[in-house]
Amino acid sequence: MKILVCISNVPDTTTKAKFVNDNTAFDTTGVQWIINPWDELALTRAIELKSDAANSIENITVITVGAKDAEPTIRKALAIGADDAVRIDAEPKDAYFVAAQIAEYVKNNPFDLIFSGIESADHNGSAVGGMVSEFLDIPSVSAVSGVNIENGQVKITRDIDGGNEQVTAELPVLTIVQKGIAKEPMIAAMRGIMMARKKPLNVVAPVEVEALTEVVNYEMPQPKPPCKMVDPENVKELVDLLQNEAKVL
Amino acid sequence: MSVLVFTENWDGKFKKVSFELVSYASKIAEMLNTQTVALSIGNVQDDELNSLGKYGADKIVSVNNEKLNILDNQAYTSVIAQVAEKEDAKVVVIAQNNMGKALAPRLSVKLKAGLGAGVSKLPSSVEPFTIFKKVYSGKAYSNVVIKSDVKILTLAQNSFEFEENPKSPAIETFEPTIGEIKTNVEEVEKQSGQLLLTDAEIVVSGGRGMKSPDNWGPIEELAGVLGAATACSRPVSDEGWRPHGEHTGQTGKIIAPNLYIALGISGAIQHLAGISGSKCIVAINTDKDAPIFEAADYGIVGDASKVLPELIQAVKDVK
Repeated sequence: MKILVCISNVPDTTTKAKFVNDNTAFDTTGVQWIINPWDELALTRAIELKSDAANSIENITVITVGAKDAEPTIRKALAIGADDAVRIDAEPKDAYFVAAQIAEYVKNNPFDLIFSGIESADHNGSAVGGMVSEFLDIPSVSAVSGVNIENGQVKITRDIDGGNEQVTAELPVLTIVQKGIAKEPMIAAMRGIMMARKKPLNVVAPVEVEALTEVVNYEMPQPKPPCKMVDPENVKELVDLLQNEAKVL
Repeated sequence: MSVLVFTENWDGKFKKVSFELVSYASKIAEMLNTQTVALSIGNVQDDELNSLGKYGADKIVSVNNEKLNILDNQAYTSVIAQVAEKEDAKVVVIAQNNMGKALAPRLSVKLKAGLGAGVSKLPSSVEPFTIFKKVYSGKAYSNVVIKSDVKILTLAQNSFEFEENPKSPAIETFEPTIGEIKTNVEEVEKQSGQLLLTDAEIVVSGGRGMKSPDNWGPIEELAGVLGAATACSRPVSDEGWRPHGEHTGQTGKIIAPNLYIALGISGAIQHLAGISGSKCIVAINTDKDAPIFEAADYGIVGDASKVLPELIQAVKDVK
């Protein structure tokens, strides 16, 4: 079985959002770039699955769409434990563009199980995974909090309102994963970092695809009024404010 | 031409989000000077279908096919696409929830329609079609132009005040073509009777400041009095004090209740990312400099465990 993990290169989640060029571009000054947290959990789960020989996973590939400055992030995925990496050499214009690039690669290089994270920490689109599956015309399962392999069959836990479902699917399948898929992201060990330098990182030219959306500009949230403080000895006042001022009770 | 809404029901009753979606879609239909068509999938009776008319649906397309009893993303996408094409939909409106996130991206590719994910307001213009959405987990917003002929919008939860706009909708049943289903649901595990965290209008949430899982009794009691769901911060679920399903934050559940009460939660930026859509935030924390007070509307500096009994009593007095 071959696994592909889609990786998005995003600003560290503690980054303060700032914009330049008349608020049309994200200010990358001093920004630490990381593997999108959900993608990192997906990669962790893929490595866990591969570590059990019974699952007969031959290979884990990670793929990203990005310029050369995305390479440290994809190298980190190799250091954590992916076997090889693909970088499609293009600025990610929108989710449709990114998904079309990944799908094109997979058409020529098939995989059995594809992971993508539920959301990217930058544009919060929750879109690329589902789009890739539709481009490939393969089943997808979203809101996934568990993936196991039993006798060559992929068993997927999907979260639903108030519970979960056990889902099986024909392969290839794309799973869009969220919390629960792995406990903690795996951390690259020194040996992994040394080995990552020798692992293949293939740079692939993009295909011609038109983006369907375009960011015009960014806005910062409206500053909110300061927090109204209530004396801990006067909790009744808080309830009164919630009822009569905020009108939420 | 039309604006199409994908509605969701629960055992034949529409979820609240379906009315929000219809109301939102009918406003876009007004901007485009066209009609609102609502799609219902499942076994929904006519009087329930008619209830969508109250919020602005001009027409209802009802699909009831047993192949759709389980959520197969490919099959559902294909059905929505068939109805969108039949109704010449220029905009398709879907909820930004588990189901919407599963279907909207697929539909975007199938219809070659640009996706505006997680919108919280009406488009600022329809020519060019410009939407407003949060980015960087609520730390900023973006104005985005959708350039394709057909557009797909997913509406952020609890972000749009729906209002009545009574219509007498025509109801039409539709038999879609459904191909081979390639996924199968083997088992379902569902807790019944519990208020869903993502649907709750009030959420009471505890953090590490609660000090021990033994101190959750009053949180549950307050939630009970308020008809609220309970939630927690990441350290609390990581420690196993509370189930993972309660973790609210960037990598946990993202919620947008009317009232969020944070008890003993300091308010790390990742936690705030999960609650920033809340209409009103109350924080109770011993540390007056905790970042939660920057996000909160009302605050009490104090020990949550000491404040809770009085808060429960004060709420009981007014309820």
